[in-house]
Amino acid sequence: MKVEGPAVCLGADIDTDIIIAGRYLRTKDRSVWATHVFEDMDPALALRLRGTVIVAGKNFGCGSSREQAAIALREAGVRCVIAPSFARIFFRNAINTGLPVMECECPCMEGKEVVADPASGRIEIGDQVFFARPLSPRMLEILSAGGLVEYWRKKR
Amino acid sequence: MTTLSERILGAPAGSYVDCSVDRCYVHDGTGVLTLDAYKAMQAGRIARKDQTYVLFDHIVPANNSVTAGLQAELRRFAREQGLPFTDIGEGICHQVMGEGIALPGEIIVGADSHTCTLGAFGAFATGVGATDMAAIWADGGTWFRVPETIGIFFSGSLKEPAEAKDLALTYVSRLSMDGATYKALEFLGDGVQALSMDSRMTLANLAVETGAKAGLFYADRTTCSYLRDFGHSVSPQIPDETSYQQSLEIDMSDIIPVVAVPPRVDTIRPVEALEGLPLDQVFVGTCTNGRYSDLERFARIVRGKKVRVRTLVAPASRRVLARASVTGVLSWLVEAGCTILPPGCGPCLGAHQGVLGEGEVCLSTANRNFRNRMGVGGEIYLASPATAAASALAGALAVPEVPR
Repeated sequence: MKVEGPAVCLGADIDTDIIIAGRYLRTKDRSVWATHVFEDMDPALALRLRGTVIVAGKNFGCGSSREQAAIALREAGVRCVIAPSFARIFFRNAINTGLPVMECECPCMEGKEVVADPASGRIEIGDQVFFARPLSPRMLEILSAGGLVEYWRKKR
Repeated sequence: MTTLSERILGAPAGSYVDCSVDRCYVHDGTGVLTLDAYKAMQAGRIARKDQTYVLFDHIVPANNSVTAGLQAELRRFAREQGLPFTDIGEGICHQVMGEGIALPGEIIVGADSHTCTLGAFGAFATGVGATDMAAIWADGGTWFRVPETIGIFFSGSLKEPAEAKDLALTYVSRLSMDGATYKALEFLGDGVQALSMDSRMTLANLAVETGAKAGLFYADRTTCSYLRDFGHSVSPQIPDETSYQQSLEIDMSDIIPVVAVPPRVDTIRPVEALEGLPLDQVFVGTCTNGRYSDLERFARIVRGKKVRVRTLVAPASRRVLARASVTGVLSWLVEAGCTILPPGCGPCLGAHQGVLGEGEVCLSTANRNFRNRMGVGGEIYLASPATAAASALAGALAVPEVPR
């Protein structure tokens, strides 16, 4: 399940309020979340996310448990989020909604091509190679199913 | 020799465990997504209906027709399924669960990050997202990684006007916003026994602001006596001699009134250092500080005076509101010029009932001061109800006086 795309660099402690603001939560229209993702940080960012890999600082996704944050990133076209650490609810939400997340401390160069493999943990940025903490087999199964809903449907 | 998390989850730190969940709950915000995911799973019936709660608190009453429609769908589902359900005006999910439902030793999962509040009762209580919750509806259980634990040892006692919120913000600043990521906090030491259940809920509530999965107190005489009033007979939990991955010692007599300055919960300053900071709004309430004792402390300070800035008060539950209306606290608030909101989360998450305008500053008793949370361009300072009261009277940040 290799993913690749140009890097988008973000800082540390990105909270879920910044990923998707509370005022946009009351809808089931997922495109609303994709349109307004990161709006209060950089309104132009949403349009640049399709096909990218986010490389962020520590504690990505802290704060509110809103699953819309993970969904918004996936709907906006983000292929993977790499950070040294994630807030645990966001981390579970990402796996459960089919957004690959990898725990790794690696440098970010805006726009530089990133090739990441959540199964092996291997991350290539240019000619540099990094290794993320590997995900458990169950997490990988959920991810490759496309999320926990699809995983459950397959199980039935 | 185990930590309380290890004891409740039944395995040593670091293990992955599959556990059945004693109680699970969603609110009107996360419940909508949970219901969608649950339907998409086509999982059949809800595994444990009696323990699957739906509690409306986030945008209550509904602010527009979209919200109203989503709430109507969830309300209908809860009623059709016969789930324990509380509608608008009953209160914040964590508070309602803390009024005689959550019990020591239970595993409680809520679709809200502040579910850790119920660690005050000696339960392992943690937040999950909506899809995780849908799987719990279907299955009755979920997986956990048993967390390592940071022991927070309290000694001494709080000296007025400092209170539990100041202590909570102080431990968050000592640990930082990700200092306990993936871990649990345990609150221990001689200082704990003097803390009321309301104070313990405030302290456990802020655990997630350090990244923690849970924040636990051992049930003691205070817990047992609180739960006895709700008809439960429970036993104290005795801490084992165990070693903690990390320890933090805090002498409560050193605690002074503090504010968390925007946009980080872990960046605190003494209130004194920022005294005179002009305010546009004061907000008292939330799962952090909307309980009866919080409202009473605030009301005693503003009683017979007038607030000089718009002041919103949202009781955490109908029970809190009812008690305030009997004891006179409610009329003191109204006469002092406060605006009373229905029991619920109020403007904490910036969706309604007190959204900030560009450049406005709010002093709030809540738990998050992230950029733009209560409105684009608004700033949030976090403090205790006593600091909020002194500041509401001054129209600017002010140190509460020591009550005589």
